[in-house]
Amino acid sequence: MNINNIKKQFPIFNNKVHNNDLVYLDSANSSQKPQMVVDRIYDFYTKEFSNVGRSVHYLAVAATNLYENTRIMMQKYINAKDPNEIVFTKGATEAINLVANTFGQKFLREGDEILLTELEHHSNYVPWHYLRKLKGVKINFAEINNDGEITLESIEKSITPKTKMIAITHLSNVTGAILPIKEITSLAHSKNIPILIDGCQGAPHLKLDMQDIDCDFYAISCHKMYGPTGLGVLYAKKKWLDNLPPYQGGGGMIREVKKEGISFGDLPNKYEAGTMATAQVIAFGESIKFLNQIGIENIEKHESELTKYGEEVLRKNNSVKLVGNPKNKGSVLSFTLDGIHAHDIATILDEDGVAIRAGHHCCQILHDKLGLSATARASLGVYNTKDDLDKLNDSINKCKKIFDR
Amino acid sequence: MDLKELYQEIILDHGKNPRNLRKTENFNKDAKGHNPLCGDKVHIFLKIDENKNISDISFEGSGCAISMASASIMTDLMKEKKEKEVKELVDDFLQMIKASPEMKTKIISENEKTKLMSLSGVKQYPMRVKCATLAWHTLTSAMSNSEEETNTEKID
Ligand SMILES: Cc1ncc(COP(=O)(O)O)c(C=O)c1O
Repeated sequence: MNINNIKKQFPIFNNKVHNNDLVYLDSANSSQKPQMVVDRIYDFYTKEFSNVGRSVHYLAVAATNLYENTRIMMQKYINAKDPNEIVFTKGATEAINLVANTFGQKFLREGDEILLTELEHHSNYVPWHYLRKLKGVKINFAEINNDGEITLESIEKSITPKTKMIAITHLSNVTGAILPIKEITSLAHSKNIPILIDGCQGAPHLKLDMQDIDCDFYAISCHKMYGPTGLGVLYAKKKWLDNLPPYQGGGGMIREVKKEGISFGDLPNKYEAGTMATAQVIAFGESIKFLNQIGIENIEKHESELTKYGEEVLRKNNSVKLVGNPKNKGSVLSFTLDGIHAHDIATILDEDGVAIRAGHHCCQILHDKLGLSATARASLGVYNTKDDLDKLNDSINKCKKIFDR
Repeated sequence: MDLKELYQEIILDHGKNPRNLRKTENFNKDAKGHNPLCGDKVHIFLKIDENKNISDISFEGSGCAISMASASIMTDLMKEKKEKEVKELVDDFLQMIKASPEMKTKIISENEKTKLMSLSGVKQYPMRVKCATLAWHTLTSAMSNSEEETNTEKID
């Protein structure tokens, strides 16, 4: 795989940042978009636009087919059993809210417990917190170990007879820990507990097979998978989508509407109320094509080499402390610098065109646990190179120079 | 853009060794401020005497060099100031950080103004303006006895 050719497919890299080449190390936040995805949005609006699923004219039929085609592509990409197990949402956040809301409504009572982990993004905590208020459920947090990992044992220890749902991240957006989700799923099922995986950081980097993992729900943000913003995917086993109540109400999700009552439509429409992010869904089909052209195995290999290289380079740099030391680590390098706050680091790096994120990365629970108010995070995508990580290290050294004056 | 202007020596000095980083004994006013975007936190303590003078001011907190330096320089400056002078200074400082090229107040010396102007480097870094203004907004709420935590996301 020639990475230079891949970088060429991303028009953003033709731009300079403060007169420097862009070193984009913020893909865990959102990835850049390949030309084919950008073009697809333009082409759809200029040549093929229509709303989907409503009218019978030529453009409407064509748009509906394109829209449904992405659903099938996504089904294949993550090896779901049925295309109706793919629900489009506005993001992973909405996907998790959908599950928390509908599952909570139907199955949770006062005193029931939900098990999360200390690694969770606010998107996989706040939606469950509502149920604390609304239903009186309790939320437990499986604890991380000293390496910033969540192990099978940590989950096992935290399950109680009252645990009614387990909701955990696939890959931590701070420590990079990859959780043993297949083993955790099988543990959960052995105790008859459904499991939701927040796959935001898993989906762009790791090979996914829903039938093999066997989880009940898997939430994805398409904008982190080289796709458009405003779009996410909820994978849910059909038995759940058939049995859970609808989430939002509106056009497109109903069968019959009378003054006395309403009956709801079949899957997948039941969970896609109103006009959806049509152009984004259709363009997301190109993101899947892009990923397939390179091959997720090649992406995994490339990114895992880069992560190792980045760890090596930063470990050699005495003033850098890496956050977490998981054995199975994804493309995230979070760090602190002695005596320099993460926001100052980010501002100084930016001057060199090096884009990282600083703050708590929507993981306050984890930062509290680690006793850190903020960390700096460099995260990788398919377009990154070793050169990018060398530039990161050079810029970090510049931070020290400025602060040690 | 110039990093040297943002991270001037005086800022690094106050950022690394903040003055008045402690808790005033017998404080009679205080307020907390929080910048959720960065995680910067500051808690300001005031002792105001019967003549409405600030007899002591201090702060606790953690954050980036800009927010710590700003709190440090501000608390140095506010000692022995009268209540209504505080308001004038805060308004003048915020005006300078957001728009005007210099400070207009006559309450403080040119030397002191120069110190405050060292924070004006943030003008070129819109995301960092909140770091420089957090302590000042928090001081305002301490003076007005506000119970609510100052949150930079709710202030523009
Ligand atoms: C682990 C994790 N979960 C959830 C989210 C939320 O995704 P979105 O904001 O796209 O809905 C993110 C993205 O920041 C994330 O990294």
